[in-house]
Amino acid sequence: MNEITPASIGLSREDLPNSYIGRSVPRPNAAKLVQGRATYTDDVVLPRMLHAAFLRSPHAHARILSIETAGALATPGVVRVFTGRDIAAVCDPWVAVLDHLKGMKSAPQYPLPLERATWQGEPVVAVVAESRAAAEDGVAALRVEWEPLPAQTDMETALAPGAVVIHPELGDNLVFTRTAAAGDVEAAFAKAHKVVEATFVTARHTGVTLEPRSIIADYNRADGTLTVHHSTQAPHMMQGVFAKHLRLREADVRVICKDVGGSFGIKVHVYPDEVAVAAIARIMGRPIKFVADRFESFQSDIHARDHRIKARIAVDANGRILGFDVDDLTGIGPYSVYPRTSAIEGNQVVNLCGGPYDFQHYRCTTRVVLQNKTPTCQYRAVGHPIATAVTEGLVDMAAEALGMDPIAFRRLNLIRDDAYPRSSPSGMRFEGLSHHASLDKLLEMVPVERIRADQSAQRARGVYRGLGFASFIELTNPSPFMYGIGGARISAQDGATVRMDPDGSVVVASGVTEQGQGTEAILAQIVAHGVGVPVERVKVVTGDTQNTPYGGGTWACRGAGIGGEAALQSALALRAQILEVAGAMLQARPETLDVAMGEVVDRASGTPRLSLAELGRIVYFRGDTLPKDLARELVQTRHFITKEYPFAFTNGIQACWAEVDVETGMVKVLEHWCVEDCGRVINPLLVDEQVRGGIVQGLGGALYEHCVYDAEGNLLTTTMADYLVPMSAEMPDIHVGHVETPTRESLLGAKGAGEAGTAGAPAALMNAINDALRPFGARVTEQPFTPARILRALGRI
Amino acid sequence: MKWPAIGYVRARSLDDLWEAQRTHGAAAQVLAGGQTLLATLAFRLSEPGVLVDITRIPELRGVALRDGVLRIGALTRHAELGRDPLIARHAPLIAAAVPYIAHPAIRNRGTIGGSLAYADPAAELPACAVALDATLHLLSARGERRVKAEGFFTGLLSTLLEPGEIIAAVELPPASPAQRSAILEVSRRSGDYAMAGIAAVLELDAAGQVASPRLTFFGVGDRPVLATRANAALAGRVLDAAAIAAAAEALEGDLDPPADLHGPPEMKRHLARVLLRRALAQFLPAREKAA
Ligand SMILES: Cc1cc2nc3c(=O)[nH]c(=O)nc-3n(C[C@H](O)[C@H](O)[C@H](O)COP(=O)(O)OP(=O)(O)OC[C@H]3O[C@@H](n4cnc5c(N)ncnc54)[C@H](O)[C@@H]3O)c2cc1C
Repeated sequence: MNEITPASIGLSREDLPNSYIGRSVPRPNAAKLVQGRATYTDDVVLPRMLHAAFLRSPHAHARILSIETAGALATPGVVRVFTGRDIAAVCDPWVAVLDHLKGMKSAPQYPLPLERATWQGEPVVAVVAESRAAAEDGVAALRVEWEPLPAQTDMETALAPGAVVIHPELGDNLVFTRTAAAGDVEAAFAKAHKVVEATFVTARHTGVTLEPRSIIADYNRADGTLTVHHSTQAPHMMQGVFAKHLRLREADVRVICKDVGGSFGIKVHVYPDEVAVAAIARIMGRPIKFVADRFESFQSDIHARDHRIKARIAVDANGRILGFDVDDLTGIGPYSVYPRTSAIEGNQVVNLCGGPYDFQHYRCTTRVVLQNKTPTCQYRAVGHPIATAVTEGLVDMAAEALGMDPIAFRRLNLIRDDAYPRSSPSGMRFEGLSHHASLDKLLEMVPVERIRADQSAQRARGVYRGLGFASFIELTNPSPFMYGIGGARISAQDGATVRMDPDGSVVVASGVTEQGQGTEAILAQIVAHGVGVPVERVKVVTGDTQNTPYGGGTWACRGAGIGGEAALQSALALRAQILEVAGAMLQARPETLDVAMGEVVDRASGTPRLSLAELGRIVYFRGDTLPKDLARELVQTRHFITKEYPFAFTNGIQACWAEVDVETGMVKVLEHWCVEDCGRVINPLLVDEQVRGGIVQGLGGALYEHCVYDAEGNLLTTTMADYLVPMSAEMPDIHVGHVETPTRESLLGAKGAGEAGTAGAPAALMNAINDALRPFGARVTEQPFTPARILRALGRI
Repeated sequence: MKWPAIGYVRARSLDDLWEAQRTHGAAAQVLAGGQTLLATLAFRLSEPGVLVDITRIPELRGVALRDGVLRIGALTRHAELGRDPLIARHAPLIAAAVPYIAHPAIRNRGTIGGSLAYADPAAELPACAVALDATLHLLSARGERRVKAEGFFTGLLSTLLEPGEIIAAVELPPASPAQRSAILEVSRRSGDYAMAGIAAVLELDAAGQVASPRLTFFGVGDRPVLATRANAALAGRVLDAAAIAAAAEALEGDLDPPADLHGPPEMKRHLARVLLRRALAQFLPAREKAA
């Protein structure tokens, strides 16, 4: 058969029948979700099921002197109580380090601590009861005697003499440090025309998934298997984790993950309360359900982005960037989070600062330190919004110092579109990016002249508006270089099995997972396109370790790029097999045939020759009529892993138009734009919504979201009334445009799109606010940009 | 979190209510719109034995103008306040406050009685009641009494309500033709409780002279704050830029705001001044505004 190329299979050609790739196909699962017919983990009810609730540490740091369980056990409905020691009898602790993060250290973490609680909200005792309410009654009747210990909360003092060393066996609170260096920073900065510097702060956030973390673990003593219904992004990873730490064989653990109500990275980590639930099921031989409530979500879901970054940029007299010099400090809580570790975010800052620009001298250090606060780990766009805020904040400041227009300054310094492949000073390898094409496209969308005219007219009336830009790069389609080489059993490859059933319908089983973002929609599209059937004839199976090919699941924007390519390849393999069988049935050469809209057709004329249902009938029920040696494998599996590049980088640029009330410090985002390049766009509707959702999350972080602690390590923002997420009334119209630079690593050419919005939005908004504040010489660099901070920057309070 | 086990009684009359209180004593707690109470139960912050639902008691419903008094039943929902023609005409401040209170779903259930009884210092309706010089009609098994809104709020989430006593209605003098009122607030997101807010009521005569000013602030203290000094600075003066500046300056002495999650006391002071200026500017004659 002819070589298969994107053109030969009609990618992005909407005029072809069943050409679904590149089309805004509505999600097949939307009606189910809207009608309340989804199956979230909490909807699953098993016979003999019990419910767990946890007593959580009220202290940021305290020794557990005694635990008195009698009152809880006497509470109606309570069945059993578990302490750290009870759980440790069947469950081994974990240490979250990765070999390739040199020198990284962390302490062993038990599901429930044995001696000390190290953050407020850490689960300490589990109560198992007939209902969740009864379990909470039991928790209320527990008596724990604590010895409060001094808490190390401020990351700035974590490494200072006299700091409370959270795990004495580690020697100090330094988890990881890394410096990337290129060129000669000292010399470049010494001879620079201008050097500008600033300190940036990005606030602690959390993901606030609509569906909280949920799990049901069910250990069956009859056959020694553990079945876990889990709201997770990575079922296969969790299968390995449960097996390893509960001393079971991986094959005896099955993780089932049906519908998930949002993840954003929150649900790709190992949580001690969830492992405790699995251990309890193992001990009791009964299904145990745990669904985090909002209160405990705020205390125990991973937090992220708690960074302080001191950074400077050097430019020459022509406006060219010479280099960046960045010092990043981040506090991650008392443990590195298993198994991805809490050093990745800082590491990403080192990898990504300066990313879109052409410069030679680079130095960036991250220091990752322990503190007695909720553990932090990977959350949507890991490290990207931090690196982008630093880079783009400095870029705007440099442009201002040079008296240059921020657009002209970017135009001059963005890496040229014909400069690929190339590597960044931090060692990232770029296959192909489109910064200039994206900027061009953005300028077609943003009416810059009209906005600038409005800006000066409004200023005259005492209304202060600003326009901000932010270019960014985004790391997607990770290879084993992200986790695998560090020793973690986190799969970078993914597989898909596509089969045709007797009625001509198609089922695809994939290792990537649906979190509400539309993975199943694009898998159906790709398979429909690849096989040649109407999209409604494709059913999708995800989220079951026993029924899908082994895969990594959903993280780091890999679903479309990795899982999608596996699906495309298996679909094409199935089509080839169908054509072989059809050729035998029709006495035609397979290459003269094609499959379109569920029919075998004559390739040249498009004339229908044979329906897939008829082909299915023959293969499955009258196989006797086919040639004896004819293969009829109507199930095909393919796997895909990227091999040339450690990551498929994407890029884009955002613009934000905002108004600052300089008397109240309130910010109103008026309009927002994003152009991004995720390679081949499989479903424009889904990509646009991913970008919009990401932007909203980014703007939310920049304006509202903040996990606030007091000096003693008490979390003050534990409800949705205190931890402010953006709501529709506050969000602007968001315009999304695309440039497509497909990756050549795959036929599909897709890269990730889920994090682009979040990566750039905070920086674009920060630059817009500072543009608005320019007449006052005021500037904000500490997120969230609250009224108090803006008023302080203005000197009004 | 899940609620603790609780009893529920629906009172269909005041007698039912007194009966339930007699039976359950201190364990009984009144349930109105539930928009505050049910959330606190889910946090297990309070564990009442029995909720006594008062929403079917006819005497606590309705809005009426009788004998020169606008009477708003305690069960009047926020959404009803916003669309009632009597309120629009005789207490426009209250109608103007409604869009600031939470979100439509909450406004469909929350009641004015519940809001006043709960006495959140950042809530809009308590401040409106003080600014409009309302009288609260209180009932209990022992009888009835009337208290001024101004003295009703005694501290953070506390009021003059005695155990077993409920708010039956809010009674207001109808707005005079000379009355001007405005409500403004600064909140982080639409529908959030205010970081600082002002409910401003005053009378302006034909010459632009201010009478009976009752600027009342919310979100800046432990209860609604009637700005006595600022009001004194305005009373009897012609409302102009200088009068506004004088009031803003006098306001300093009226406020002693606490810090909260959103910012320090200085921020609240600053915002209160800004709001005072903005609210009063709305009352300026058009030619002054343009200037
Ligand atoms: C998300 C959210 C946002 C909100 N935002 C705002 C806001 O911006 N501004 C604002 O003002 N409010 C806000 N609220 C609160 C809302 O206005 C409530 O409806 C109101 O505070 C309480 O009224 P309720 O009828 O729901 O009272 P309930 O919740 O039923 O009762 C509250 C308390 O008052 C007592 N009580 C109720 N009625 C009476 C009565 N007649 N006599 C004596 N005691 C009584 C109850 O026993 C209870 O202690 C918000 C609520 C929510 C959930």
